[in-house]
Amino acid sequence: MTFRKYLVLAGVAVFATVGDSLLARGMKGLGNVNVSLHNLSGLLLAILNPWVAAGILLLLAFFSCYMAALSWADLTYVLPATSLGYVLVALVAHFGFHEVISWTRWLGIGLITAGVGFVAAGPSVTPIHHGEIADVPSRTVFPEAKS
Amino acid sequence: MSDLYAWAAIGLVSVASTTGDVLLSYSMKRVGDVGELWKSRGPLVVVGRVLTTPTFALGVLAMAVAFYSLLFGLSWGNLSLVAPASASLTFVFNAVAARIFLQERVGRRRWMAALLVAAGVALMAF
Repeated sequence: MTFRKYLVLAGVAVFATVGDSLLARGMKGLGNVNVSLHNLSGLLLAILNPWVAAGILLLLAFFSCYMAALSWADLTYVLPATSLGYVLVALVAHFGFHEVISWTRWLGIGLITAGVGFVAAGPSVTPIHHGEIADVPSRTVFPEAKS
Repeated sequence: MSDLYAWAAIGLVSVASTTGDVLLSYSMKRVGDVGELWKSRGPLVVVGRVLTTPTFALGVLAMAVAFYSLLFGLSWGNLSLVAPASASLTFVFNAVAARIFLQERVGRRRWMAALLVAAGVALMAF
């Protein structure tokens, strides 16, 4: 793992969370999308909302970073590692916008951070096809999952 | 009634996005390290090789299904239920699917990470 690869992972986290927030903001402004086949145009028109458009743009950036990350790292490495975005959003809300964070959210932040620490301390690729054992076999935790 | 819709959306989002993640991860492993490819062959080769991988299109399709289910779900149900619940479930589903379909070694470390993150994401809603 090089510094550049960590930057790509950070890009996945940041672009995904900011993009999602913008989308949510835009969709809330639209109110209930009436879901029926007669009202598909309403859904397509959602793209014209500037918040939704900006959100989609950022999600495209997220997607590029995500694809790059998946080209050199395992899915089960990339997903937990990039979940720091949730923590980032909460911290920005707290320290930037002075939102109150409940103790359950602080606990959530702690768990996510611990999870990221767990996966980041291990190998980013499990080279099963190269005949190396890079991680502990899962049957030590989940006996029923033995293949 | 809207609860039922919300949970239907949550299930659909989780399954579709797991399917998409697995297909996209499979595709990108076949393409190879895009950083190296970019340096040696240039950006056009990278884009061309990604787009001509058949499973990539399927993955994008599954992601589109997940994306639109999430949009519907967000307008039906509470944002603080639909988004974290589907995100949380996706981490667990992905750990199982990556092990089965991608033959990734999901060992104790990876399982702990997936479960901790899933629990953490669910807690963030409260």
